Amino acid sequence: MKTTSIINTLNALSALTVISGVALAAGCNETVNEKRGTPPTQVVHAAQAQPDSKPSPMSQAERVRLGEHLVATSACHDCHTPWKVGPNGPAPDMSRKLSGHPEGMVLPPAPPPSGPWIVSAAATNTAWSGPWGTSFTANLTPDKETGTGAWSEQNFVRAIRTGRHMGQGRPILPPMPVPVYQNFSDDELKSIFAYLQSIPAIKNRVPAPLPPVAAAAPS
Amino acid sequence: MDNGVSMERAAAAGAGARRARLPGFGLVLLALCGLGLLSTRARAPSPETLTPAPLPQLLSETGLYLPGTTRVDPENLGFVPQYPLWSDAAKKQRWIRLPERQAIDAKNPDAFDFPVGTKFWKEFGFGRAVETRFIERLPDGSWRFASYVWDSDGREARLAPEAGVRAVAPLGGGVVHDVPSLDDCRACHEGRKSPVLGFTALQLSPVRDALAPHREHVPTASVTLSDLARRGVLVNLPRQLLETPPAITGGSERENALRGYLYANCASCHNRQGPLAVLGLDFDVSVLPGAQNSLRASALGKASHFLPPGRTQASRIDPSDPLASVVLFRMQSRNPTYQMPPLGTRVADAEGVQLLTRFLSQDLSNEN
Repeated sequence: MKTTSIINTLNALSALTVISGVALAAGCNETVNEKRGTPPTQVVHAAQAQPDSKPSPMSQAERVRLGEHLVATSACHDCHTPWKVGPNGPAPDMSRKLSGHPEGMVLPPAPPPSGPWIVSAAATNTAWSGPWGTSFTANLTPDKETGTGAWSEQNFVRAIRTGRHMGQGRPILPPMPVPVYQNFSDDELKSIFAYLQSIPAIKNRVPAPLPPVAAAAPS
Repeated sequence: MDNGVSMERAAAAGAGARRARLPGFGLVLLALCGLGLLSTRARAPSPETLTPAPLPQLLSETGLYLPGTTRVDPENLGFVPQYPLWSDAAKKQRWIRLPERQAIDAKNPDAFDFPVGTKFWKEFGFGRAVETRFIERLPDGSWRFASYVWDSDGREARLAPEAGVRAVAPLGGGVVHDVPSLDDCRACHEGRKSPVLGFTALQLSPVRDALAPHREHVPTASVTLSDLARRGVLVNLPRQLLETPPAITGGSERENALRGYLYANCASCHNRQGPLAVLGLDFDVSVLPGAQNSLRASALGKASHFLPPGRTQASRIDPSDPLASVVLFRMQSRNPTYQMPPLGTRVADAEGVQLLTRFLSQDLSNEN
């Protein structure tokens, strides 16, 4: 089906989206920049040792610290934390850290893809529309009903490995850069999950994705 | 064992059955059985035997056919599950090959334990053979999965890449059949205790559910539970399952058939043992005594995590508004982000949807 192939292609392309997202974030996200400026050195060494050697066991605290570092440096906040306009311009609203698209935010229908402009994004960076439909970024906080609180570590790792929701469900949609994150080692993914489980739970039910809107006729 | 077909007796029966083929080995096999040297589990392999040979590039090299032909080797046993998986109306054939002198341990009739070296094949046809999927148990106890794509002349099938193959056969209406990726194979097959789906006591019952959607004719040459036990290649099966063939009971005939359908199509992910157990949705069916109706327990009146667009609340199966049930919505949908099952099908199963709809609109509504 056309939609599935579009999802696959755009998932690969979404790496580019995230790179530009990182560039955008670099200019205006103080909180994230502070963390990037002071990475936990010992944790970085552990991460670098992953691919070829058996990692030394990490304590839970070390896992959480590595996970926090990876989340901060891998653009997770750029889409999973809603953005708002502050005194320095747009920046992730850390009071809603990683809670995904705000459930109370009612959006008008996205503009249909037109010509080379095939992707639209809401100002929060949490709602994206393109040929795959409209996707809303997930609540990654450990809320049991609306976030990842009921997930197991295995669900999370498999989600990234397979590109499917919880590792077995629907395809994870653009702009989530699954192909990029598939380069993480299992230990790194487990560390990210450990960190996500350690942050405050925020109850926020993210809407289900919407089907594609009809493409606008070329003018 | 008092309550089942004992390993020794069954293995002896198997040895006896093979004696005609292997006259020189009959007594040796019987002696080995007596010493308890034959079992369903392979003896601990040496480290060098743990590394399997790479997957063959050609289907003809996997052992499915007699050499130089596309005639199935008679050592490979055909079987037909009583509740087939919906695969967009693909015509399917299935076979199992057990290693010599090995048997399946059926102590857990819901999840058989297969000996190392067991092979399964499943051929998918849409007008012609399109792909044959292959599963094999390796010396370290793990399983490997592969698919072979048939040449258009039907003479050979070739190993598909791990990423799968798009559009190997048209299904009509612009829809195509894809060969699944290895990740998608694992997504379905590694979601419960045994990665072998469609080969359980319930699925192989010699007595079939007349209301099962897409029920298939069982050829004489196909094996059922009782055939396997008689051949001595299925051991430790609880005796009562031979005396009373396994069946889903407890509800109306329609509800029982629906549970069988959901068991075959949904329970590989939605069960109480696998990675998605956290969701608490359980379509599994057990043939063990005392098993509960998990469809009702986990879906009826239970809030759905997934909300269809425009809804602020929804139930998996809604007793007050059955046709608004999320299970029905997702079974009917083939939007890739809503559809259930999420993979392996591009066309909604009208027969399955009809069975569910009738259960919801008639059986369930009459209870209210």
